[in-house]
Amino acid sequence: MALGLLKQGLRRKYKPQPVLPPRPELKSSYDVVIIGAGGHGLATAYYLAKEHGITDIAVLDKGYLAGGNTARNTAIVRSNYLTPEGVRFYDESMKLWEGLSNEFDFNIQFSHRGHLTLAHADSTLRTMRWRAEVNKHMGVDSELIGPEDIRRLCPQLNLSEEARWPVLGALYHPPGSTARHDAVAWGYAHGAAKRGAEIHQHTEVTGFRTEGDRVTEVETNRGKIRCGRVLQAVAGASSQVGAMAGLRLPIHTVPLQACVSIPMMPFLDPIIVSGTLHTYIWQTGRGELVMGGSSDPVPGYMTRSTLDFKESLMAHVMELFPFLGEVRLNRQWGGMTDMTPDFSPVMGETPLTNYYIDAGWGTWGFKATPVCGYRMAETVAKGTAPDILKPFRYERFDTFDQVGERGAASVGH
Amino acid sequence: MKLMHCPLNGWRNVGEFVYGGEVTPTPAHDADPKAWADWVFMEDNTAGVVREWWFHSPSSYWFIAERDNVRDVVLRTYPPEEIFRERVDFSREGARNE
Repeated sequence: MALGLLKQGLRRKYKPQPVLPPRPELKSSYDVVIIGAGGHGLATAYYLAKEHGITDIAVLDKGYLAGGNTARNTAIVRSNYLTPEGVRFYDESMKLWEGLSNEFDFNIQFSHRGHLTLAHADSTLRTMRWRAEVNKHMGVDSELIGPEDIRRLCPQLNLSEEARWPVLGALYHPPGSTARHDAVAWGYAHGAAKRGAEIHQHTEVTGFRTEGDRVTEVETNRGKIRCGRVLQAVAGASSQVGAMAGLRLPIHTVPLQACVSIPMMPFLDPIIVSGTLHTYIWQTGRGELVMGGSSDPVPGYMTRSTLDFKESLMAHVMELFPFLGEVRLNRQWGGMTDMTPDFSPVMGETPLTNYYIDAGWGTWGFKATPVCGYRMAETVAKGTAPDILKPFRYERFDTFDQVGERGAASVGH
Repeated sequence: MKLMHCPLNGWRNVGEFVYGGEVTPTPAHDADPKAWADWVFMEDNTAGVVREWWFHSPSSYWFIAERDNVRDVVLRTYPPEEIFRERVDFSREGARNE
């Protein structure tokens, strides 16, 4: 056997192939400079190369590949939003997600798990009925169900009427999914690099040079680059990078903490979310429970994990799954969420004619990774945002034309 | 950060306090809608030392805090009178006189 292994190992066909080329030297000029090598930035580079034939691209990141909020989310994908604008957008993302593993020829571990948002009050049931109707109208599989159906889908859940907040019903979204967040970024990075885009890690943008309403040069800690077009996709640092370009954004950055438990036997199939209890929870393929709660009570840029967060989250998790009382935590972390006043992103053109923005990704950015890449690539290539992005334009706040997604964007606000 | 100093009540558990937003100068009554939209929606969102409104909930007292939002430390708290020394006249006459 050892001989066979050696023989196979030496065959040219199985020669090791680097996933990413080593960091190249910075050229003096690129057609497109993308700031931020997270999911959104890499996906944009990928679709620019694949769909629009633009390959003279530099993706810059002050840290390492997908090491920011792409690494800090809880990897849930769904499209059961509240506004037609939001549902249309996230549903396009869902459709792209479904084909990604095939497209990359690389398993991103995307799986439809079913997504249950629990209601513990009449007012929540009303909003959910509204959401379900908007969803169905837009062709998204979504239904309000009662406790009996919940018991069938998730018999482990505490459905006792004796609970502090008894479960009255749930918004059931069968396509609700999870995916391996790192794999998504690696898939896009590999696909973009293979087509000629350059990925420059540890390359921090320090400023811009502008002439009139155009950005002509991007200044980095490795030197200056002349640029044709620039996209900023830097969740958690949007206001800082935007400020360098002279943009003031409708964003306040708030830490959002999450944690995972020790691995256990598989017992939980669907994703369980409760807005009232500020809790969401799902089990990974490795058996860990991924858990998150409400955002920190104050804005800031702190990536630490607090005892307050764990105390309140665990109390609520035990309301839903009392048998988890003895389970230990394995890891904990905090991510930066760029919250906007209407819980919707800020995407598309800016007052600078060749500077595009992909920001305001609050607690809803991961699920939008493919559609952001696809549509921001279109925006950068054509110079104007397509109709599907127009509701999320930067100027909407001046005209009081927001997209109110607060009821469906996430838990605990 | 477990305790916070309230200028009125002294040291109190941080859970008694509510965050109230950046301290920013209010536009004039008759400023154009763009200025008001900017004041309502846009933020500096500084990473570092920021000046913010805080509220001590049990005593209904608003005050100002300087906080390092990267290190998660409150540097100083003080009554709003330190900054706001003149009363704003919200009457129609007051608006006209400005």
